[in-house]
Amino acid sequence: MASRPRGAAEPGGERELLSSGDVARTIARMAHQVIEKTALGGGPGEPPVLLGIPTRGTSLAARLAERIAEFSGVEPPAGALDITLYRDDLRRRPTRPLADTTLPDTGIDDRVVILVDDVLFSGRTVRAALDALRDHGRPRAVQLAVLVDRGHREFPIRADYVGKNIPTARAEDVAVLLSEVDGRDAVLLREGEAKA
Amino acid sequence: MTQLLIRGARLYGAGDPVDVLVTGGTIAEIGEIEAPEDAEVIEAGGQVLLPGFVDLHTHLREPGREDTETIETGSAAAALGGYTAVFAMANTDPVADNAVIVEHVWRRGREVGLVDVHPVGAVTVGLNGERLAELGTMAKSAAGVRMFSDDGHCVHDPLIMRRALEYSTALDVVIAQHAEEPRLTVGAQAHEGEQAARLGYAGWPASAEESIVARDCLLAEHAGARLHVCHVSTAGTADVLRWAKERGTWVSAEVTPHHLLLTDERLGTYDPVNKVNPPLRTNADVEKLRAALAEGVIDCVATDHAPHAPQDKDCEWSAARPGMLGLQTALSVVAATMVETGLLDWRGVARVMSERPAEIAGLPDQGRPLAVGEPANLVLVDPGAQWTVRGAELASLAANTPYEGMRLPAVVTATLLRGRVTAREGKIC
Amino acid sequence: MKHLLATEGLDPDLATAVLDTADGLKRTLLGREVRKLPTLRGRTVITMFYENSTRTRVSFEIAGKWMSADVVNVSAGGSSVGKGESLRDTALTLSAAGADCVIIRHPASGAAQRLAGWLEGTGTSVVNAGDGMHEHPTQALLDAATLRERLGGIKDRRVGIVGDVLHSRVARSNIHLLSALGAEVVLVAPPTLLPPGVGALPVTVSHDLDAELPALDAVMMLRVQAERMTGGFFPSAREYSIAYGLNEARLKLLPEHAAVLHPGPMVRGMEIASAVADAPSAAITEQVRNGVHVRMAVLYHLLAGEEETK
Repeated sequence: MASRPRGAAEPGGERELLSSGDVARTIARMAHQVIEKTALGGGPGEPPVLLGIPTRGTSLAARLAERIAEFSGVEPPAGALDITLYRDDLRRRPTRPLADTTLPDTGIDDRVVILVDDVLFSGRTVRAALDALRDHGRPRAVQLAVLVDRGHREFPIRADYVGKNIPTARAEDVAVLLSEVDGRDAVLLREGEAKA
Repeated sequence: MTQLLIRGARLYGAGDPVDVLVTGGTIAEIGEIEAPEDAEVIEAGGQVLLPGFVDLHTHLREPGREDTETIETGSAAAALGGYTAVFAMANTDPVADNAVIVEHVWRRGREVGLVDVHPVGAVTVGLNGERLAELGTMAKSAAGVRMFSDDGHCVHDPLIMRRALEYSTALDVVIAQHAEEPRLTVGAQAHEGEQAARLGYAGWPASAEESIVARDCLLAEHAGARLHVCHVSTAGTADVLRWAKERGTWVSAEVTPHHLLLTDERLGTYDPVNKVNPPLRTNADVEKLRAALAEGVIDCVATDHAPHAPQDKDCEWSAARPGMLGLQTALSVVAATMVETGLLDWRGVARVMSERPAEIAGLPDQGRPLAVGEPANLVLVDPGAQWTVRGAELASLAANTPYEGMRLPAVVTATLLRGRVTAREGKIC
Repeated sequence: MKHLLATEGLDPDLATAVLDTADGLKRTLLGREVRKLPTLRGRTVITMFYENSTRTRVSFEIAGKWMSADVVNVSAGGSSVGKGESLRDTALTLSAAGADCVIIRHPASGAAQRLAGWLEGTGTSVVNAGDGMHEHPTQALLDAATLRERLGGIKDRRVGIVGDVLHSRVARSNIHLLSALGAEVVLVAPPTLLPPGVGALPVTVSHDLDAELPALDAVMMLRVQAERMTGGFFPSAREYSIAYGLNEARLKLLPEHAAVLHPGPMVRGMEIASAVADAPSAAITEQVRNGVHVRMAVLYHLLAGEEETK
């Protein structure tokens, strides 16, 4: 039986891992990392395109774009990439409603695309996003930014930008709350059904 | 001589139970009777004794569609339903428009011997509505045809109908009309009303029936002939009949059990077991038909028993053939719609299911009073029992009953044809 | 959703969900070169058309293929149906051959419902692509999608349906869906082309097109078949066109924002003037475009979620 990581949630309970302030600082740090890695504003070449995976990835991508603009003076185009139609587990649940796919006017051809999501877990979501991306065009490179990496990968996928690494037990659940969606910012650890 | 004692029956469901002794086909004694030695005894236990039922409108499908019913299986269904006489419609294949066919049907019915089968002769050759069939020859044949009908089709040409009525007066027979103006029912699938409008079925308007009935009543009146209206289905037709009878026209009419119970709401099942001609109509029609039957404006109940093969019902509505089984369920449906509602007592049931039909058809030995000296064509009914209808268990070869799975009141416990038990406790004897 | 057989009784929330999905599909395909989604890969869709119809069949076929389903077309003429095979047997054969979904168009009202009954327990879904004069639910859905786009919504809008309502499954399906979604429906037709018992439907009825046009947000013109003239439903094509045709003069009677719809195929000069069919208010090509997305959405709701029993 896997030992419970230090600070794990009590059964049926939840524990706040990141506070509102922590979230803001984490996003800021990620923005700096993006600027550095993509050499943004330091020379010619277009900024990367940030595509958030709905629902919360979209808000994260928008915030990240704002922070990057603030720190570098260059605003990367941001949008959303819905992966519902590319999921491999559709038949396990009742019909899912589609979320928004909005690509910025720049398109993605020959651009660096950074997929943005709240939690990286099994990697299936990102894999579906790569499939979806493929039908929209041919990026020069694809990178991945996640607020939380909680381990338990089922695919050979790793993030380029990680806000926080949080080791978890499979049965636990990491919930990212964002004010645009949930009314407040926080990252919570919950006991319960893990969603891939 | 064979003797049979029915012990403890209530005549017409009224009064105290009495015993009825049947000797050699006749009612010999009524009262408190000790069973003679060797007499068969039927314990009636207070059940209702009625004269055997007479169905003026049945389809026995022989010759031509013996895969759906034969004279033998149809007779069995009739006996189990309490019938001692049935009139077999002429729309067989070949059509019963000549003496040869009607005599075959007559003879076969006697051979089977479970019910008196009276063949109905066609009015026109091949039912095509153009030329009169040999009504005289059929009437004088061994079959003794006393009713003629093109049922399935309407004799729509007014001149042909007039001639048929006039000609019939010399033969003292009845012309029975399937009232449907064909120009108004082209492609019709269901009663023209809200349900058909909603479901996109071409409609069969009430006026297509009423206009023909009105016309034929006038023609019959002018000819002094006897007209019978098959399967009345609309409130308007009942009004026309009342008007015609008040004028003294010699017109009689029948209504089917299904038109007393079912409405076009059945269309919502999309199941063609509910498809019938004339179609199921509205609640208002059902109410009016029940009242008219109770009043006598509609004279009798007739089943229009119409067996159909599975492939003719297990399909989309417009491809299905119209028609429902009726012989074994008739009494129960009449009990449910007329007796339990208080519109008829059992005396009234005897009138509409036995006496009036026998009178209309001119049968001397059916629909007789329950009295000493009368022929023992009898039916014993348990009014308090119930049964569940299962098409597969009915005696007909076909199973197209709209009452599948329904629980109905009143069970026929014994049927006697001229003193011989033909059906007993749901089994043929 | 297990089957899509009718709009009568269709849950308005479910209908709205399908329209939202259609919208989402439309937007995700916009501007793409690769018009393909993997969502229904490995699912088999069979179209059974007992009536000729290239446009609807092609629309369904494209819808299925864009979702990566395997689509097979069966038409009554060249198949065992011509040899007398019953509808029931044909359906069971196709289901047994592996159809996850059967799309049926048939001249008998109620055919799709019967099919769904015979296929109970097989796991195969049924889509009604038009059964006799009864229903054509995907047409109503694509009409609703078009109206949503053009008018910004359907609730409280006034929609006129003009023409041969009596024989029209498109009219019936639209009446049910539009009223379920909160629109007011007005039927305009000569008395002979209205179903008896029309009073039971959630509509108002008028015989005067000119009087109704100024208050409509949308008008749907129905095709009038030539056979109806020989049936005595109206005296002549000319008289029909004069009284009920949407000509240029009548187009001016419509409010500026109003949309003109037609389920097609149009008889230009009869129920709709050529110039009107090509005017900006006409949304006919949008209807066709929306038809593919709506049908994709229907297939998505039937086949992409966990299997349902109802």
